Amino acid sequence: MNGDSPATAGRSSAFIVSARKRKLQKITRMAGESTLFLIAAVVAIIVLFIFYFVARDAVPFFQIRGFSEFFTKTDWYPADDPPRFGALAIIYGSLMVTAGSALIAVPMGVSAAICLSDVIPFSVRQYVKPIIEMLAAIPSVAFGFFALVILAPLLQNFGGPILMWTWWLIASPFLLLAVIVVSELLSTSIQDDSRRRVVQRILVAVFGLLSLLFLFFVGKHLQEIQILTGTNALNVSIILSFMALPTIVSVSEDALQAVGRDLREGSYALGATRAETIVKIILPAASSGILAAVILGIMRSLGETMVVWMASGNSSHVPEPWYNYLESVRTLTATIAGDMGEADQVTGSARFHVLFAMGLLLLVISFISNFISERIVVRQRKVLSGQ
Amino acid sequence: MKKMNMLKMALYGAAMIGLMTSGEALAEGKKLVLDGSTTVGPLAKAFASYYTKTTGVEVTVSESGSGNGAKSLINKTCDIADMSRAMKENELEAAKSQGVNPVQNVVALDGLAIIVHPSNRVKGLTKEQVRDIYTGKVTNWSQVGGPKAPIVVIQRESNSGTQDSFKELIMGEEKVSEKAETQASNGAIKSRVASTPNAVGFVGLAFVNRSIKALAVNGVKPEVRTVKDGTYPVHRKLFMYTNGQPTGDVKKFIDLPKTPAGKRMITEIGFVNNY
Repeated sequence: MNGDSPATAGRSSAFIVSARKRKLQKITRMAGESTLFLIAAVVAIIVLFIFYFVARDAVPFFQIRGFSEFFTKTDWYPADDPPRFGALAIIYGSLMVTAGSALIAVPMGVSAAICLSDVIPFSVRQYVKPIIEMLAAIPSVAFGFFALVILAPLLQNFGGPILMWTWWLIASPFLLLAVIVVSELLSTSIQDDSRRRVVQRILVAVFGLLSLLFLFFVGKHLQEIQILTGTNALNVSIILSFMALPTIVSVSEDALQAVGRDLREGSYALGATRAETIVKIILPAASSGILAAVILGIMRSLGETMVVWMASGNSSHVPEPWYNYLESVRTLTATIAGDMGEADQVTGSARFHVLFAMGLLLLVISFISNFISERIVVRQRKVLSGQ
Repeated sequence: MKKMNMLKMALYGAAMIGLMTSGEALAEGKKLVLDGSTTVGPLAKAFASYYTKTTGVEVTVSESGSGNGAKSLINKTCDIADMSRAMKENELEAAKSQGVNPVQNVVALDGLAIIVHPSNRVKGLTKEQVRDIYTGKVTNWSQVGGPKAPIVVIQRESNSGTQDSFKELIMGEEKVSEKAETQASNGAIKSRVASTPNAVGFVGLAFVNRSIKALAVNGVKPEVRTVKDGTYPVHRKLFMYTNGQPTGDVKKFIDLPKTPAGKRMITEIGFVNNY
């Protein structure tokens, strides 16, 4: 023992650190960890601070005016005497343009992502994706200017034809697909091959003619529509969908890529076609990522201010009928931006605090949708991992 | 020790920079700051460039709306507040509580023009008809002698002095319909009306040009002459508010409308000279 202890000590002295050095190491490690923790915490603290300060200035409004007027009335006259703070129409306007933009951007964005990741060659994708992502670099005021100066007059002057052509473009491929599928299904019971083919052709011709007539009549109706004002919910929805597109395309394309080669190749190996692979394998596997992309895109639309302020027309009423996208609407964000100038603490306190109430409402909506998407993602992951 | 010295030097540097900037801010009279109405804005800018050219004093003009102009004057962030309406009771109170004494100076007169698309058949309306259009009682041009088409009503944001003047001069106690579209500036209303065949809006007289058509109100066309003699019913005064009676550069600037050059600028921009 005694004999070899110096040798051991000598050999391992390179690994044994002196107490002082160890202390120093511990301190630097702790300093490093706490710095990183602080930086991470700052982000969370900023969110909490925003929540706190917005809520602090929103609460006085509800104390002064109560809840029912803000959420149930549609008359918005904050500058009048006595003022009216019915924000229902404004809340509705926000939801309306967000839904409208999602209706356009989600199918387009997800299809584009599928196309980028699974249809076009990789070398082409390398050029196309950055171009789509460039949409995100355009400042929102430029989008707003485009909406106000170009799209609005265009909708006013050629609104009917534009609607008709859009209808034809969107509806005709779907109807064509439907006609083929329906005639196929109706003729499956016929045993004889040649007779089935004849019946199928007749069915395709009949249904094709019917759907062509349908297309034509709806199109004619749409063509007769006179869009009274170009600064309306439709205009805003279109522009907002452009702004949400890069987010949706980029994030869902990443999700589709993350599915990996093994699943794809396994599917092809089992004899599945590319369409079957995309619809039955890749999309379900990437669904949580796609959902996250959609929520991000929708949040972008809900929070956008400049475009809606410039292009929505800002009239604080619920359109008649409620689904009429050709009327002007006003959104929460535009109201906050537009009314901030006058609504100083110096002049009229309810007027000032109501804008914070709107900000709080926006925050709450985005928190809830983030929370829901988080839950869905977690559940999806469980399902996919077979638990 | 070296570190300490560095720190000290940095502190001295910061203090010196602080002194220099505060010194600049103290050098009053070398720089005029104007803020406020987008209606008075073009005039203030013309005055500003003229004043800088003749006296060398730097003048900055911001256009953030009459309400914001009043706010800036109350918060002492501007020397002159351009306003297209008189200060409200609560603004005067707020000013008093901040130790500011707003003094009203009339710089020009302005007519509010009711404007429509040039293709509109309607040539004139009565004041009551304009009010009924904006309350939503009249919704179709055919009800006021025009083509059979729904009216697109456009108003200004609630922080606009033009909107306040419109409410005061036309609406009285009535409310503007909820369906009215809202635009953020004179220019935005003009471009919307110029591109929308069935629209009606209102802008300051200075903004009337060939792209839109100004309607006669109660049979009187909005022109320099009719505003000056008071026969055009929708007219108002334009103000530049100062903190206390104007002195020095502020006074010289405020008195520009009394000079021949000032009068010429007012006429060129499309306002009406008060003197």
